[in-house]
Amino acid sequence: MKPVLFLVVTCLAVAGCQHDESADRSSETSSESAFSSRYAALPNETTLLRNATVLTGTGEQLEAADVLMQDGKIAAVGNNLSHEGALVVDASGHWVTPGIIDLHSHLGVYPSPSVEAHADGNEMTAANTAEVWAEHSVWPQDPGFVAALAGGVTSLQILPGSANLFGGRSVTVKNVPGRTVQDMKFPGAPHGLKMACGENPKRVYGFGKGVAPFTRMGNVAGYRKAWIAAADYRTRSEKALNGDGDAPLRDLQLETLVGVLDGEILVHNHCYRADEMAIMLDIAEEFGYRIASFHHAVEAYKIPDLLADSGTCAAVWADWWGFKMEAYDGIVENAALVDKAGACAIVHSDDDLGIQRLNQETAKIIGAAARAGMNITPGHAIRWITSNPAKALGIGDLVGTLETGKMADVTVWAGDPFSVYTKVSRVYIDGALVYDRDDPARNPVTDFTLGSLAQQGGAQ
Amino acid sequence: MNSATGPGPAVFALALTALIAAPVCAEVTAITGATVHTVGPQGSIENAMVLIEDGIVTAVGNDLEIPVDARRIDAVGKVVTPGLMTPMGQIGLVEVDAVAGTVDFIQRGDQFSAGFDVADAYNPRSSLVAINRIAGITHAVIAPDGASIDQLGNYSRVLSGLASVVHLGDADDYLLDRGVAVIAQLGETGGDLAAGSRAAALMILRTAMDDARDYASNRDAFEQGRRRTYSLSHTDLAALSAVLSGERKLVVDVHRASDISAALRLAGDYDIQMIIVGGTEAWLVAAELATAGVPVILDSIGNLPGSFERLNARLETAAILAEAGVKFAVGGDSFSQNHNARNITQAAGIAVANGLPWAEGLAAITLAPAEIFGLDEQIGSIEQGKRADLVIWNDDPLKLQSYPEQVMIGGRLVPMESRQTLLRDRYLQSESPLPPAFR
Repeated sequence: MKPVLFLVVTCLAVAGCQHDESADRSSETSSESAFSSRYAALPNETTLLRNATVLTGTGEQLEAADVLMQDGKIAAVGNNLSHEGALVVDASGHWVTPGIIDLHSHLGVYPSPSVEAHADGNEMTAANTAEVWAEHSVWPQDPGFVAALAGGVTSLQILPGSANLFGGRSVTVKNVPGRTVQDMKFPGAPHGLKMACGENPKRVYGFGKGVAPFTRMGNVAGYRKAWIAAADYRTRSEKALNGDGDAPLRDLQLETLVGVLDGEILVHNHCYRADEMAIMLDIAEEFGYRIASFHHAVEAYKIPDLLADSGTCAAVWADWWGFKMEAYDGIVENAALVDKAGACAIVHSDDDLGIQRLNQETAKIIGAAARAGMNITPGHAIRWITSNPAKALGIGDLVGTLETGKMADVTVWAGDPFSVYTKVSRVYIDGALVYDRDDPARNPVTDFTLGSLAQQGGAQ
Repeated sequence: MNSATGPGPAVFALALTALIAAPVCAEVTAITGATVHTVGPQGSIENAMVLIEDGIVTAVGNDLEIPVDARRIDAVGKVVTPGLMTPMGQIGLVEVDAVAGTVDFIQRGDQFSAGFDVADAYNPRSSLVAINRIAGITHAVIAPDGASIDQLGNYSRVLSGLASVVHLGDADDYLLDRGVAVIAQLGETGGDLAAGSRAAALMILRTAMDDARDYASNRDAFEQGRRRTYSLSHTDLAALSAVLSGERKLVVDVHRASDISAALRLAGDYDIQMIIVGGTEAWLVAAELATAGVPVILDSIGNLPGSFERLNARLETAAILAEAGVKFAVGGDSFSQNHNARNITQAAGIAVANGLPWAEGLAAITLAPAEIFGLDEQIGSIEQGKRADLVIWNDDPLKLQSYPEQVMIGGRLVPMESRQTLLRDRYLQSESPLPPAFR
């Protein structure tokens, strides 16, 4: 990991973060260098995708446009490009978009096959497990990664589950096959902290184990107690650095929470109900941190103004509803109403099948929105699954659009990505061709699926 | 009702809403100008007319005369299809999965098995009914759930109970076929329910069949207490004996190819009509299924090895089954069931994207499920003499952005409103100075 890169990303992602101070703290956080990324881009060649419909991820739709990828970066996007020595790919009739980014996945921590021995996503032993890291549970051989690749996904955030008030640290990975999670870790991506509102902590602890929290007010008391402890830990650590007293014994749980208070770790908050999201925003204000995104924000459409004001993204499904009480008011137009109010809308999966077709989930919202009189262009909608999740993950400066200089994470579609009939043709990650539907023999196969009758030589 | 803001569709919707108050079903209705995909012998017809009288389709075609007194629905530029049928699920038997009092598709304890009849628990006023029917779903198979243990601590049995078919209209006669099939669990779930072995699940099923056969031929002796002890209660044996007599079908929930083969052997041994549901690895035994004439209700989007009985999941299964001549419907899986049964259009579209001809994709969510449950003389296609259960779409129904502009069930125009459209319209009015509760 390059420290300089890390700081740039962190500060862009956190509004008002104090550059110099957080730089100092960041270098002192002992967890920061642990389990660092060993991601290395696969071999790439300079490639010119020619004559495609291009959704840039910045809101634009370009016709008959070209995309030049060089040295793993987007080198140019425009009409009639040429580059000597570039491999030219005729993309006529195809659409090119930034690689799809899933803000909410449990691939690797709840892999296929979903057997008990693999259920490593939810440390349901205490309401606060901010000390656990999802990356320590990721099984890189999960066949879901390759299936997601065939769905155009180039980066994803893998989160702990939602049983706990504080579920632990998330990890953002590049969707490249690796032997270890370190091979996949997105270089420079900040950690996330998974928090959860509502029914799950209540059910698992109060109802399930007879310990706090038993109620939503118990949930809130739990968050506040933890932030108070974290602030105290930070103060004592800082004092010790200045020669005032002994440093406290290193505490992994508090270290994660301090990372949030310092703006180095981004909060991703599972929260369905509008009223609870409003409470969580107030808690963040009370303790001086920011919530990067609400996940499963089924009722975000009821408070888009609050989300716009706080700069917190709402990550939603297209149509999941009714599986529990806090999901009862789900409507398909949710993301469109959030977007209409000027807040940041994201379509996420939380599902190993859904991640393969985030484009289709988005298309359903476009259709429902049109019916309600909201016209959402393809160029705009693609942001919900590219640049907006990149922003929420603190990697918006590196990926999520096809702007010059960004990582060449690119998905090529056989046609309009918002058609149910369209499939992904090619996926490039850092300029390297990692998936080609027309060349099954070259596509990745996990150890687990190797030799299966359905595998037929590549991703499906 | 709050006004929609889209100009074209809104006008159309309002015009139709005005008609709902009138008793449309008692009159002649003419839907004119649409592209009609009949999914019947007439195929697809451009600029066609559908005539409806007393809730029944009386004619479909190009050169029909509009009866003078007919109520006209102008559908120029629209697409008309049969109403969609969700082939397996629990619509009307659940409101919120995690709220126990609303869940009626599974029982705790072991009082009933094959005879557990959920039809009387069906609630036509469930929010799931309106939400799914305005998305084009007009018929549903409602059945006990096969989960070995659900999140509320309920558990099923190898013989889970009876499925029925309902229409999703407002009329009281919603039951189209009560007890159309008995549901059974084999494979991993069945094994779990049968103390750990899939072989034991098959043995439970065979023993129950033998008992039901004996019971059916010796009812009087049974009533007089002169028969051996059976493995099931009187209610359950009665339910199962109708399977043996061919009056109802046996739905077997199974995924692994070898489990499907074992189920087919059982169907042959007892000469019963079987339906496979799940069928993840059905493509491996497609020829066997075709020979046996056993249809499949297919999970068409599950392409991951989610369990060891689904190692060979793939997206081309629908296309392979079609090619092999196996009858199949799509839906009934976690992706397109109950609350989101409406996603069967997407499931069919994905099957089409993976090699299934478009017309067969539409059939897989209309006529095919009707045929599989033996109701194709009443529903499943737009044909003379069948129920007028149909949908007027703005575009290709399998496209994700498409939506029904009007749904008709039994000749009646369904109000195009649900709890979700009301929530949407309330929060669309963001400019209102009053809190949402006053909008």
